[in-house]
Amino acid sequence: MAAWHLSRVGDAALMLSFGEGIDPLGNSQAVTFAERVRQGSYVGVRDAVPSYSSVTVHFHPLRTDLSNLVKEMKSLAVDVLIATKATLGRPREIVIPVCYGGVFGPDLTVIAKFADCSEEEVVKRHLGLTYRVYMMGFLPGFAYLAQVESSIAMPRRRTPRVSVPSGSVGIAGRQTGIYPFDAPGGWQIVGRTPLSVHLIGCGDVFLLKPGDSVKFRSIDRAEFEKLSAEP
Amino acid sequence: MKVLRAGLLTTVQDIGRWGFQHLGVPVAGPMDVFSHRLANALIGNDPKAATLEITLAGPELEFLEDRCFVVAGAAFDLYLDDSFINSNRIINVLSGQCLRFGRRRRGARAYLSVEGGIDVPVFLGSRATHTASRMGGFEGRALRDGDVVSFAVLDETRSRGFSKIFDRRNIVPSGGADVRVLRSPNGKMFKTRTIERLFSGRYIVSTESDRMAFRLQGESLSMLVYGEMLSMPTSQGAIQVPRDGTPIVLMADRQTIGGYPVIGNVIDADLPTLGQLVPGDWVRFEECDNETALRAAILKERMLLSQEMDKKC
Repeated sequence: MAAWHLSRVGDAALMLSFGEGIDPLGNSQAVTFAERVRQGSYVGVRDAVPSYSSVTVHFHPLRTDLSNLVKEMKSLAVDVLIATKATLGRPREIVIPVCYGGVFGPDLTVIAKFADCSEEEVVKRHLGLTYRVYMMGFLPGFAYLAQVESSIAMPRRRTPRVSVPSGSVGIAGRQTGIYPFDAPGGWQIVGRTPLSVHLIGCGDVFLLKPGDSVKFRSIDRAEFEKLSAEP
Repeated sequence: MKVLRAGLLTTVQDIGRWGFQHLGVPVAGPMDVFSHRLANALIGNDPKAATLEITLAGPELEFLEDRCFVVAGAAFDLYLDDSFINSNRIINVLSGQCLRFGRRRRGARAYLSVEGGIDVPVFLGSRATHTASRMGGFEGRALRDGDVVSFAVLDETRSRGFSKIFDRRNIVPSGGADVRVLRSPNGKMFKTRTIERLFSGRYIVSTESDRMAFRLQGESLSMLVYGEMLSMPTSQGAIQVPRDGTPIVLMADRQTIGGYPVIGNVIDADLPTLGQLVPGDWVRFEECDNETALRAAILKERMLLSQEMDKKC
């Protein structure tokens, strides 16, 4: 049985699933597959978007020979399955400084209540794990990081905020993420990073990309101000 | 070109910001890509040139240099200074003359192409405006009164478009439209009866519709089990069903990732039709198969190619 599944999404996209749920191996395959599609020159293909364990390939319905594309995607999927077994576990590692609580983390108190522990303990648990960038979306440059320890995995706010400040670090269930710019949103905000994750203009576009590995580092207000002042 | 009155929502659009959805960058681009390309084809522009997308209530624009232009898509009463002019054909304009969009007769969105194209900075490969993330276009936003918009510098050697006329006005819907739909791979989350209801009912485009999505009013589409679905990449034309059962169709400015189950996808060839609907218009979904979708796409492309090729011979 193949370890992936291909389906059509409308007449301008294909979806390849490498697994179900939040699965690091399936995601690593999806990220690698999407990169290969973007680097390859497949006629008519416009985008390859990885998500938790699948990839959506957007194509132009008339500039694409679909049966040929399906054949190419199948053979690429086989290559990726072989390749990722060897390369999994060597992601780029990025440390993100965060000033937790206070005005920067207005929901830290609520999460402490939810987890039935102190605010310090919530921070400790958030800092305790290394997260993987599973996918990007919701906003340009917004990275979905997982998985958050289950005790602090509080669901989204019932009513989203009209504006969440740029750099805010939030929790939504088992996911955590950083707002790339001021935007409305419902994630539970625990702190803020002085780093700009919105690097438009530089070659990389954004600080993070799918497949990256992220750790958070706790900083105080003074260091936050110092880092904010740096270009 | 000076914007004397900006109109309701006038944005710079091109074919869209493809290639960056994996970083969460939305595609944007025209709501009616057919009329956008038609406007470019009639004037002799590259299909990738940027046009102005004009929504419901049109602008008043003063030309600051001699140029030709074409208006395609939704039918508006158009005036150059005080004289009535036609859409879907080349109009020569002199510096100082004003183009005014009057009453809207049919459709929601018109496209104004100028010879050479609208010139705004290219951002991530595209000039398309995505207002929600303030990306692309004219300073990442819709045009405002008083803005001055530049045109591309014309290449002296370029061949002019001939005075082609596109005379199929009825291609833009009026009052409502049938659009064709392919069933979604998420289909098993819905009862057969629910899917049948989607294809038998008539929906009304709600006033809470915008370039990101059309919210529809009509028969509620309840789910077999409303499982918490993991977020997934979205696609244009996807018909999402949120918990309350009222369908949402994703349009040009859609977010790249979404979490609602998808019951079906409007076919590529019918997205321009959908993009011309006005809040209050009806929409009916008709099930189709892959062959029909492909034939429909070919038919639309032929209409465009005949316009695009004419200028080259």
